Amino acid sequence: MILIVDMNWKKSSLGYYEFVLSIASIAKSLDKYAVKHYLEVTKKELTQFDVVILSGTALKDTATLSQLEKFKWLKETDKPVFGICAGMETIGMVYGAHLTNCLEIGMTQVNAVKENPLFSGSLRAYSLHSLCVEPSAEFEVWAESNKCAQIIKLKKKPIYGLLFHPEVRNPELIKRFIQLNKTDP
Amino acid sequence: MRLGVLFSGGKDSTLALHYAKNKEEVVCLITLVSKNKESYMFHTPNIDVTHIQAEALDLPQIAKSTMGEKEKELLDLKEAIAAAARKFQIQGVVTGAVESVYQTERVQRICNKLDLWCFNPLWKRDQKALLEELLERRFKVVISGVFAYPLDEEWLGKQIDAALIGKLLDLQKNYGISPSGEGGEIETTVLDAPLFRKKIEVLDYVTEARGNSGVFKITKARLVEK
Repeated sequence: MILIVDMNWKKSSLGYYEFVLSIASIAKSLDKYAVKHYLEVTKKELTQFDVVILSGTALKDTATLSQLEKFKWLKETDKPVFGICAGMETIGMVYGAHLTNCLEIGMTQVNAVKENPLFSGSLRAYSLHSLCVEPSAEFEVWAESNKCAQIIKLKKKPIYGLLFHPEVRNPELIKRFIQLNKTDP
Repeated sequence: MRLGVLFSGGKDSTLALHYAKNKEEVVCLITLVSKNKESYMFHTPNIDVTHIQAEALDLPQIAKSTMGEKEKELLDLKEAIAAAARKFQIQGVVTGAVESVYQTERVQRICNKLDLWCFNPLWKRDQKALLEELLERRFKVVISGVFAYPLDEEWLGKQIDAALIGKLLDLQKNYGISPSGEGGEIETTVLDAPLFRKKIEVLDYVTEARGNSGVFKITKARLVEK
C-alpha cells in the first residue's frame, strides 16, 4: 500500500487537487493508496505502508521547511520514500543539506549523471521551484539540470528526492519507484 | 486567502472557480479580452458574455483587452493580475489549466514576479471525469467553438449532456480529439452553474462556420431567475 503525504500548507487545501490528486491518479494504477497530511504522519502509522511519496506544493508554499520537527520519522524510518519538489527540499534539510535560491518554471532538461534505476540519458521534465538542494555528503546525485541537482538519493537508505514534478510529464518515474520498492503480497 | 480567478467564461475556469470558492475567498474575476482569434492563451468566442457571468456570480471583474500578440499578451495578463492585486488585494490567482504546460508555466512566472500564489485545481485531472463532474454539479455548458476535424457546425450551441460526452469520447477514440478540448479543439460557454445566482438566457446568437472550424457567438443575453 502507498502512502501519499500531502505537503501543502494546510490539510484539505486548494493545493491538494493539483499536487496530491495528480500523484494519486498515477499510484492507483499500481496499488491501493492513502493520503495523509504531513502534520498527521508518525513513524508508527508508516508500518502499514510499503512506500511513501511526499507531494510537491505551490511555488510560494514553503510551510514544511519551517516545521522540520514534524519529519523526525524521515530519520527513523527504513521505508522507501520518494520526495517531489518540496518533498525533496524537506528530505534534504532533514538530512543536513542546504537550500539555495534557484528558480526553474516550465519544461527543463534533466540529465542522468549516475547510473540509476529510474531513468537513463536525459528527459524533459516540468519544473516549479524557487529553491534547490545542495546535497550533503549523505546523498548521491543521480540527475541534474544545468542549474542544480534534480534527483538525489540517500546513500544508506531508499530515500529519494526529485526536484521536478514527474506527475506532470514523467509518470513512469513514479511507477518505477513504486515497482522497485513495493512488497509483493 | 483572497484569490482572483482567471476567467474565460468556459467550463474549466468556471469549475476551477467553484473549487477555489469552496476552499478560499474568491474576490474577483480576471479576464483577458483577446482580439487575436489565434491566441493560444486567451481567445474564446463569447468573451463578451463574461461580464454577464460575473454579474450572475456576483463577483467584480477586471477585464483587459489585448491585441493577443504572442508574448506581448502576457504583459497584458501581468498588468491585469497586478491591477487585481492593487484593487482587490488578491494574494493568489486560480486558473482552469488541465494539461497545458504552455499556459500554466506562463501564469506561474507572472505570479512569481508579482509574489502571488498560483493554483490550478483541475491540473492533470481525467478529462472524462471532468466532463461528468459538470453534469453532476448541474452546470449548463454549451459548445461555443469547434476547431478540429471532424467537428463541424452541427456541434455549435449544443449543450454538454451525457449523450454529447459519449460522442466526444468516441471522437477521442477514433480521431484523437481531446474530449474536454484541451488541445483547443472545443471552446465552451457556461450559462448556469451552482454559484450563479441567476442563469443566462440566450436571446440571440450567430453561428459562423467553415469546414471544421466555427463559433457560436451569443449576441444578446440576459439573466433570469433559476
